[in-house]
Amino acid sequence: MTAAGRGPGSATDAAAPAVPETSAPAFRATGSPAIETKGLSKRFGHQMAVNSVDLAVPRGSVFGFLGPNGSGKTTTIRMMLGLAAPTAGEVRVLGLDMPRQLDEVLPRVGALVEGPAFYPFLSGAANLHRFDAADRHAVPSTRRARVAEALERVGLSHAARKKVRAYSLGMKQRLGIANALLARRELLVLDEPTNGLDPQGTREVRHLVRSLAADGATVFVSSHLLAEVEQICTHAAIMSAGRLVAQGPLAELRQAGTAQLRLLTPDAGTAAGVLARFGLSPVVGHPDGADAVITSSLPVGAGFPADHPAPVGEPSANGSVAPEAIVAALVADGVRVRGFTVERGSLEDRFVALTGEGFDVAQ
Amino acid sequence: MSHSDGPAVQEPRAQQAEMQRLTVQNSPVAGTTRRPSSVSLLGSELKQLFRRRRTQAMLLALAAIPVVIAVVVRVSSAVPPGRGPAFLDRISQNGLFVAVTAMLVSVPLFLPLTIGVVAGDTIAGEAGLGTLRYLLVAPAGRVRLLLVKYAGAAVFCISAPLAVALAGAGIGWALFPVGPVALLSGDLVEPDEALVRMLLIAAYQAVSLLGLSAIGLFLSTLTDVPVGAMAATIVLSVVSQVLDQLPQLEWLHPWLFTHYWFGFADLLRQPIGWDSFGDNALLQAGYIAVFGALAYGRFVSKDVLS
Repeated sequence: MTAAGRGPGSATDAAAPAVPETSAPAFRATGSPAIETKGLSKRFGHQMAVNSVDLAVPRGSVFGFLGPNGSGKTTTIRMMLGLAAPTAGEVRVLGLDMPRQLDEVLPRVGALVEGPAFYPFLSGAANLHRFDAADRHAVPSTRRARVAEALERVGLSHAARKKVRAYSLGMKQRLGIANALLARRELLVLDEPTNGLDPQGTREVRHLVRSLAADGATVFVSSHLLAEVEQICTHAAIMSAGRLVAQGPLAELRQAGTAQLRLLTPDAGTAAGVLARFGLSPVVGHPDGADAVITSSLPVGAGFPADHPAPVGEPSANGSVAPEAIVAALVADGVRVRGFTVERGSLEDRFVALTGEGFDVAQ
Repeated sequence: MSHSDGPAVQEPRAQQAEMQRLTVQNSPVAGTTRRPSSVSLLGSELKQLFRRRRTQAMLLALAAIPVVIAVVVRVSSAVPPGRGPAFLDRISQNGLFVAVTAMLVSVPLFLPLTIGVVAGDTIAGEAGLGTLRYLLVAPAGRVRLLLVKYAGAAVFCISAPLAVALAGAGIGWALFPVGPVALLSGDLVEPDEALVRMLLIAAYQAVSLLGLSAIGLFLSTLTDVPVGAMAATIVLSVVSQVLDQLPQLEWLHPWLFTHYWFGFADLLRQPIGWDSFGDNALLQAGYIAVFGALAYGRFVSKDVLS
């Protein structure tokens, strides 16, 4: 399981949002990935919660960390942040060893881990003051201003003096994000940031993540909401049952696997024959009217404008068929092509293919 | 910066401000070279502890003990000598004895109860709320957090007996005549000297409770359920006192952290006997060292999964 997007100069870095050098000089001081794990494992009793994970999060990326419930996402994040010790393997965050250099790493990292947690008997602002005071590197003289700014950024200024006890889940979630933004961070680790948020809140978080990335920060977002990841991420990794099953630039992840071919024609028999010649297994349907609808899965490869190499863990695109070649053959055999589409697989298809369907929580 | 400072003064200040601004800007890098400060966290911890209604309620309850005693003695016709807690019969003659009586009543249960709540809550309370993980990723530093938590509990150990002593002296002053106090050695001392002795007793109790706090801190690192750590701490203080009553276990008695809890009578003699104070302090220091080390060993290697 090697990372397609690892190493400088690969297609990965080109896909990352442009980072103005002047705004973040320190961020680019080292060429190491923002997060890098090697053989990272965590065992709870007999169960491998995280099993030999090799993760590489490029600097400046918005990295989606996907996986069903119980696939080991949060445990991996806990090890990244030094909350739990790995059973085996190593973690480097911002180029430094965790948890050995935790004191140097964590002031540069903002985190929302497994949902927000606050003192219910304190106000929102007082909670942030408390967590900021816990950071020994935080400057007390700017604390008030930084807390106000963080609250402003998540739209909680009006509720700053309200006790957290009276906050809704969405407000707590916002406060949790504000806590991660108390100082200027090089890396933000956001575990399920839109959990409990209404559609507006979700939009705001997406906007926030983009603006953080534009400022040069690396944003690591764990989520099970694929649509969300597709909208904001440049890269993604997929966890399943404690293992990392795929990672790389989003475009590559999406392209891997198969596409869906859909052909509209009155000449169903001939068309099916042509498709079969290409090694496809067409399914003929007659929804209504005279035209038949023929669908087939189409191996993706050379026919697509894919300049990237095939993603990790996938067989190289042997036997892939160019859509234009199919159309040419159909027309040559006299098939009246009235509609022809090839739809690339969504991230969801890819996700389900890798992690399995159904409600079974991976053990 | 006022105008009267003049340009000569303003310039270095401006430079300083500029440097500070730069440091703030580069805080991710420059921050690591800054001298670590624990003042903020300790301040935050104390504010959190003493602004919490639970803490205030416990201190009020402790202060209510002498008030109840004083009021009961005041409204009753006479206290038969030799019955009830020690010194009870002396209260009507000298109000300062309210404080001593209340302290004797509080030592076996009420004081350890409140200490158990505060010390048991230190780490487990944060874990239970889930705020422990946010303190640690701030990063508070595990050792620093443990030290600050113990310091907070220690400040409470000082406040709790002080609440009993001050409330006792106050209510005694208000309801009864106050005059020279006869010490256990038979000497008479003036009320102000008696008040100093009272504060010494409070200090003695504060020291007595430090060992229990260390035990509570350790138990608190073992669980994510604060009530469990609180209950265990309180139960241990009771068990220790029971063991201290069993003559068969006499060899064990000097090692029990409750052994010197009632030893403050020496402070009511002339001259003051410091032996029990010293023995008590040494014993408590031993408990702090042992349970502090256990708490450290447990907490620095603990997986925080709450």
